[in-house]
Parts: sequence; structure tokens; C-alpha cells
Amino acid sequence: MSEAEPEARRGALKQHIQRIAAPVAVALIVLVAWQALVTVYDVPRYIVPSPLVVLRALIDDWSLLWHSLLVTLKITLGAFALAVVLGTLTAFLFAQSRWLELSLFPYAVILQVTPIVAVAPLIIIWVHDTQLALVLCATIVAIFPVISNTTLGLRSVDPDLMNLMRMYNAGRWAVLWRVRVPSAAPYFFGALRISSGLALIGAVVAEFVAGTGAAGAGLAYQILQAGLQLNVPRLFAALIVLTLTGVALFGVMVWLSKAVLRKWHESELTAEMR
Amino acid sequence: MKEFAPQGVVALENVAKTYANGTRALDPVSLTIREGEFVTLLGPSGCGKSTILKLIAGLVAPSSGRVRRWGAGPEAIGAPGRRLAMVFQSATLMPWARVAANVRLPLDLSGVPRSESDEMVRNALARVGLTEFEGSYPRELSGGMQMRASIARALVTQPDLLLMDEPFGALDEITRTRLDAELLGLWAGRRFTVVFVTHSIYEAVFLSQRVIVMSARPGRLLDDVAIDEPYPREEAFRVSQRFVEHARTLQSGLAAASREMGTRT
Repeated sequence: MSEAEPEARRGALKQHIQRIAAPVAVALIVLVAWQALVTVYDVPRYIVPSPLVVLRALIDDWSLLWHSLLVTLKITLGAFALAVVLGTLTAFLFAQSRWLELSLFPYAVILQVTPIVAVAPLIIIWVHDTQLALVLCATIVAIFPVISNTTLGLRSVDPDLMNLMRMYNAGRWAVLWRVRVPSAAPYFFGALRISSGLALIGAVVAEFVAGTGAAGAGLAYQILQAGLQLNVPRLFAALIVLTLTGVALFGVMVWLSKAVLRKWHESELTAEMR
Repeated sequence: MKEFAPQGVVALENVAKTYANGTRALDPVSLTIREGEFVTLLGPSGCGKSTILKLIAGLVAPSSGRVRRWGAGPEAIGAPGRRLAMVFQSATLMPWARVAANVRLPLDLSGVPRSESDEMVRNALARVGLTEFEGSYPRELSGGMQMRASIARALVTQPDLLLMDEPFGALDEITRTRLDAELLGLWAGRRFTVVFVTHSIYEAVFLSQRVIVMSARPGRLLDDVAIDEPYPREEAFRVSQRFVEHARTLQSGLAAASREMGTRT
């Protein structure tokens, strides 16, 4: 094992470089080609702005975009938190009773397959506080993966481990905390990765439908307005801010999952531990 | 001393099991296991060996007949002198918990305070030679070491009856023979009752005082063979003439079982 170690470490380092260098190289190539094409063919900036023009807009409109980002982020994080709490509680209920799961799960699916664009106007009518309405819309989008993944995880306990718990007369709570919850952790963190992105998408889509009103304009509003005004560089800039936010959220979830599962779960083992 | 149990530690009285899906796992069998005995259930896959263990453990209920442990029903389990433990086919450790925490699980579940359980866990780990691995995670251990941890978890409650369901079946031959010998050492130390399930004739002969030969599904008891050899049994026993004779007896019993199965199908 000790002989293989330096090689394994070199392999891991190589993998690490590949993971960062390869996508960065793709981005650079695309950006250079984009800049060249727009310059050579003299494409007007209200149709396709060059990367440099977008960068300019990003800097010039930064305070505007930053403010909007905070609004969108607030809705996203609120919805995400709500989805995680409500989704996990629902999953706990489902795991306690097959009967409960059978009777309620179809409605969770209905919630999942109904387009939020179609439901949003209703929620806006029912809920007067616009911010809260947007949070609720985004929660509906984000909650399903938490429910379904966590339920699956809570049920995925090694059957012999369950037998062992029964042999030692473990109560319902002991089974839940000692065995079900840890077994569900990998599934739960998988759900967080999907759900955080969906919360952001939900927040943007809901704002498209409902607007933010007096409470302050989110990124969706900026994109909508920039489009109407043919301010395409700002539209691109807003899109970039939105995308980076999504990537950052995903990154935080990956980090969180790694921090918790690193010690024992196969999915987070480093190359030399495998 | 333990109280005298005239009915034996375990008594199956015409016990049969048909699972909900219609599988006839076990035709009516009767079997008494005496205190301190090392009994092995030997038979081909699907002969209901594991079902018998689960019936004894109270994990499945018999379709007919009666299972008695210490002369009583399931309520008899757990009292001092009537402790039960089981080792499964795989180590069945909690991957998220360190070895010590895995071994401590039965004590935690029965509410033994940390001040007492720490010492008991240390002792159990020492008995299986895992003292220095108490802080490791199960995946950092080899298959044999994981099984040792599993045995430590079973022994930590000082069980009076130990059920073992093909515990070494997934291990390589070398590890298996070593663990067989270690198990006998543990048993010699504290003469608890062992019901051991295997499909290996050699393992059955090496370990047991008594081997119950079973037929394929639906399971029935074909033969009850005494392996009348003194303990401790050394490795040399494995290659002795006596060993071969015992193995041949069991072999012919199993062969009869498979012939009979052939005529039935």
C-alpha cells in the first residue's frame, strides 16, 4: 500500500487539475471565439453583445444587479429552507407509516408535475405579501426531491440491521435516530443539490409571473426590463449573475455533503481511500 | 450458576413456516438444543436453516407449532441468564459509526450507562483482537476484521445463546479457518449455547458437538449427528482420519437429501 501511495496521490492531483483546467479551457475558447465572431461580423450589441461589452455592463450596472441579486437570493434561501424543513418532516411521516405514504405521496407528485407558472397566479391572489407568495411558489418547485429522496433514504436501511434493532427491542425513536436518519443522509444530501438549484429557478420563474412589486426588484425583473429595453448587455450580465449564483449554491451543497459524509460514505471517498 | 432448564435452551415443537408469498420454508420440525451446546445446522441453500435461526430469535413467527426459549415464549428473552445475540451473514455494521460505537449499540439500546459500557466494549474488542481498531470506521477494516467486530457486538452483552447465520460464508478460506478457531476459543471461555448455520461440511465438523443435517426446501431435519471429539480442537484435527470419517457421514446424509430432492422434482 505504501508503494502505491505516491502514485495514487499523483493520480488524485491530476484528476483535480483536469476537473478545473478542462472546463476553464472550454470557457476561454468559447469566449475568444465569441469576441472574434462579434467583432469580425460587426454584430450589433442589441442582438449579441461581445464578452467585453457584457463585462462592461456587469461593472457599470453592478449596484443595480447586486441589489436585485440580494432580493432573489432572499427568496431562494427562504424557499430552500422551507422546502428542506417541510420536505424532511413529510419524509419522516412517510417513513413511519406506509399507509400515510400511500395516501399522500400521489399528491406530492401532483405538486411536482403542475407547472409553477400555472399555479403562481393563484398563490399571488391568495397570499397578499408578495415576498411570501414568491417564497411559497419557489418552495413548491423545490420540495419534491427532498420528500422523495429522504423517504427513500429512511427506508433504505440494511434489513439485517433492522433485525438487529428488533432483537434488542429498539423503540421507534431509537430506530429512527440511530439507523434510519444516518442511512438517509446520503440521499438527503443528494436532494439538497437538486433542490437548491430548483429553489433558485422557482424564485426567478415566480418573479417573472408575479413581479416583485414595491418590495424591490429581483434578477428576473432586471432580465425582463433589460429585454423590453433591448439592453441586451445588461440582460447577459444579469444572466451571468444568476448562473454563478446557481453554481455557487450547488458548490456549497457539495461541500456540505462532503463535510458530513467524508468519513464513511462511498460517494465522498478520495481516490487513495477507495 | 444458571438455572436448570430441563426443556433445553431452545425447543422447537412441530414448528413449520410458510412465508406470506406461499414459500414453504420449513415443514414441521422438532428440535431441542441443550444448554452450552454447540449445534450446527447443515444443509444446502434454501433449506430453511436461516428460517430456523429467525424463528429462534423471534424475528419471524411460526405458521404452526411452538418455539420455546428457556421454556417460555418471546417474553423470556433479555432477562439475565436469558440473553440472546445474533451474527448475520454479512457483518451488518453501521458504516457511519466507529467500531467502538458499533459494538456499543446493544448496550446503548438497553440503557447501559457510558461509564459501564466503555469497559464492556473494551473487553469485547480485546476478546476478538480489535483493540487498536476501536476508532476505525468499518470500511477501513478487512472483511474478516469486520466480522470480528460483528462478533464483538454480539458478545458484548454476554449472551447465553448465540445465533450465527453463515457468519464466515463470505470470507476467504484462510480467514474462515482462522475465525472458526477463534470462535471455538471464545466459546471455550464462556460455554454459551451456539446455534451455527453453515453449508460447509468441514466447518460443521470442526466446530460442532452436534450437527443437524437438513434437506432442501421445504426444510426438514434429516439427521442428528454427534461429533464426539474433545475440545480444544487443534488445526491438526482438520486433517485427521477422524475428521474425514465425520465429514463422510455428513456427506452421505447430504447426498441422500439431494437424491431425494431429485426424485421429487
